Amino acid sequence: MDERGWLEALVGSWMKPVYDVAPWVAYLVPVVWILAIVAASALLLVWLERKISADIQSRIGPVHHGPWGLFQTVFDALKLLVKEDIVPRAADKIVFCVAPFIALVPAVLLYCVIPFGKGWIAADLNVGLFYLLATGSLGVIGVILAGWASNNKWSLLGGMRAAVQLITYEIPGFLSVVAIIMIAGTLSMTEIVRSQAGGSWHLWPVSAPFLKWNCFTIPGFLAAALYLVAALAEVNRNPFDLPEAESELVSGFNTEYSGFRWAVFFLAEFSNTALVAGIATTLFFGGWSSPLVSQGTGVFTVLGDGVLWYIIKVSVLVYCMMWIKWTLPRVRIDQMLQVAWKGLIPLSLANMAIAAVHVALVGVTR
Amino acid sequence: MSATVVIGDTHQEEMLINMGPQHPSTHGVLRLVLRMRGEVIEESRFVIGYLHRNHEKISEQKGWIRALPLTDRVDYLSPITCEWAMALAAERLAGVEVPERAEWLRVIAAELYRIASHLVFAGTFGTDLGATTLFLYCFREREPILDIFEKLTGQRMTCHYVRIGGVGWDLPPGLDDGIRRVLAVIESRLPEYDDLFTNNRILRARVEGVGPVAADKARAFGASGPVARASGVDFDLRRDDPYGVYDRFDFDVPVGQQGDCLDRFTVRLEEIRQSARIVRQALDGLPAGDVRTKLSARFRTPEGVAYGAVEGARGEIGYYAVGDGSEAPYRLKIRSPSFSNLALIEDTLVGWKIADVVAILGSVDIVLGDVDR
Repeated sequence: MDERGWLEALVGSWMKPVYDVAPWVAYLVPVVWILAIVAASALLLVWLERKISADIQSRIGPVHHGPWGLFQTVFDALKLLVKEDIVPRAADKIVFCVAPFIALVPAVLLYCVIPFGKGWIAADLNVGLFYLLATGSLGVIGVILAGWASNNKWSLLGGMRAAVQLITYEIPGFLSVVAIIMIAGTLSMTEIVRSQAGGSWHLWPVSAPFLKWNCFTIPGFLAAALYLVAALAEVNRNPFDLPEAESELVSGFNTEYSGFRWAVFFLAEFSNTALVAGIATTLFFGGWSSPLVSQGTGVFTVLGDGVLWYIIKVSVLVYCMMWIKWTLPRVRIDQMLQVAWKGLIPLSLANMAIAAVHVALVGVTR
Repeated sequence: MSATVVIGDTHQEEMLINMGPQHPSTHGVLRLVLRMRGEVIEESRFVIGYLHRNHEKISEQKGWIRALPLTDRVDYLSPITCEWAMALAAERLAGVEVPERAEWLRVIAAELYRIASHLVFAGTFGTDLGATTLFLYCFREREPILDIFEKLTGQRMTCHYVRIGGVGWDLPPGLDDGIRRVLAVIESRLPEYDDLFTNNRILRARVEGVGPVAADKARAFGASGPVARASGVDFDLRRDDPYGVYDRFDFDVPVGQQGDCLDRFTVRLEEIRQSARIVRQALDGLPAGDVRTKLSARFRTPEGVAYGAVEGARGEIGYYAVGDGSEAPYRLKIRSPSFSNLALIEDTLVGWKIADVVAILGSVDIVLGDVDR
């Protein structure tokens, strides 16, 4: 595959001597890259969250460390790393210690099938989307275990809420994605992105390649709306932050956690936020494909298809999620369930029927 | 403190949970013992007293003049009315005349602090429901009011402005324009609260019809202030038993119908507007003259009893004083509005979910310093 070229090119050039001795080293490259993305995006998102919430709430946010307080989260992370590791005496020690990592691992694993750019994908599985949905549902186990193992009643309530909420909202999340599978006719993430590239409408001097994005089809638009609402619930963000509902459950499932283990939960939460935005970008908003020109020339090369557009789209979606979080009040648990069972799930089922009609009329886009 | 709490048997599938005294949403050191089935409250008991500072007994020993600053700490979110109530009791007991200008300044200070207090309520209520942004907005609006008090009294919160026989200081030059500007800003931002919060669908779903209290029950429990008025008890001391010069002002008393959390919120938002109205009228008609009757440093009250009650931000603040001819009250009883209002909701919580407990508790707007005294 020509799009795997970057890895082979990398291996073929300066890494060639290493590759000849130990071919497995080549596989370390995506591992390091993904871990770097997870850590960096979490650090950056925490900073962004603080700055954006400060902007919304007419505050300033962090300003002291680095330009615009950019290094604040680095120092926060360092502080968390050196804090004492407190395990409550009455807790189920093994489960308590392992739970944060069970929550984090799926978040990292999911990045394997996210295409950041043309060929920028760690594992281009032909069942990429299926892998995404299957692995994505593992994260909730860590949260439930944390709530149970803490032996704290608030944690338990938070864990119960997490179990109810995350499992409930996975269903509309899955079902809305099914509509995209029907439209695109493939489970491969790269294929889904490629099927959205190259819209036909051209108006000189501007072309509009974005018209083929899935969000501009009727079932694709509905699926995007449904998925984004479900995604808010899956990453525990307001108005669905019930599992940690600070004003009700103190801190929910992570009440007893501090220091590094708490940081791991935090890391999982923020990398999940970036992840659902990335999934939405890939499935509905054309992934890395450019809304302006598919192949730029000269200085406009950067405006062509590429990682830049993936980052821009993810940033816009993340900003919207933060905007919602800092604007809306929290729903109650029964209302949260009503939204899913009476609203999102029937709608996403109906959307599958719409997608079927769409495919029958227009055909599969791949 | 190890209070023994009598609560029904906890059966299987039920959980006994201590909410507080250290919990983000109990508004201080209130402890709720809740028997819960899942998220639903089966039984609730309040345990109070964690902030008991013995204001009554201390006042009986320190004497009138030195005890007056302590009243700021009783209801620390609305200190002016607490001072006023105690000063009123002493003035009625000793028959002290208060200069006209001082009465008007008391009205201005009390109404401004009522606005500040209601803004804290609106903000913390928002936080309780997960809308943290409202909290910051309300505190942004409260800040200039506290700045006014810094200019007026030198203190932002525990002001010690009202004195027996008048007020501490006259209005500094130029401050009346400053007050008008601040009021204009606050009133211009209230519609924003309505857009963001009162008319928000999620918020409506969270508070409409939640924790209703009937008017009869509110009366039976001695509830007062916005909590009682939200339930439809049309009672406001400023209008129905005017103390000071309140009978000269034109204002409305907002009254709710349902007595639910939404009513308790909207009644207070309307009271902010009415208080701004009163302050404007007071600034317009502020008479000239002295602001304080000169009293002896060894101020004594004769034998007898007196009750001074004012309408605080949370309801009727009453100071019942028994004088014995000395510099201190023989006995001082503080009737605090938060105490009665809190008692009102103890059994209202039953049947609601834990998220509603937070909403109902927040809507009553208790100050634990006021409950425990």
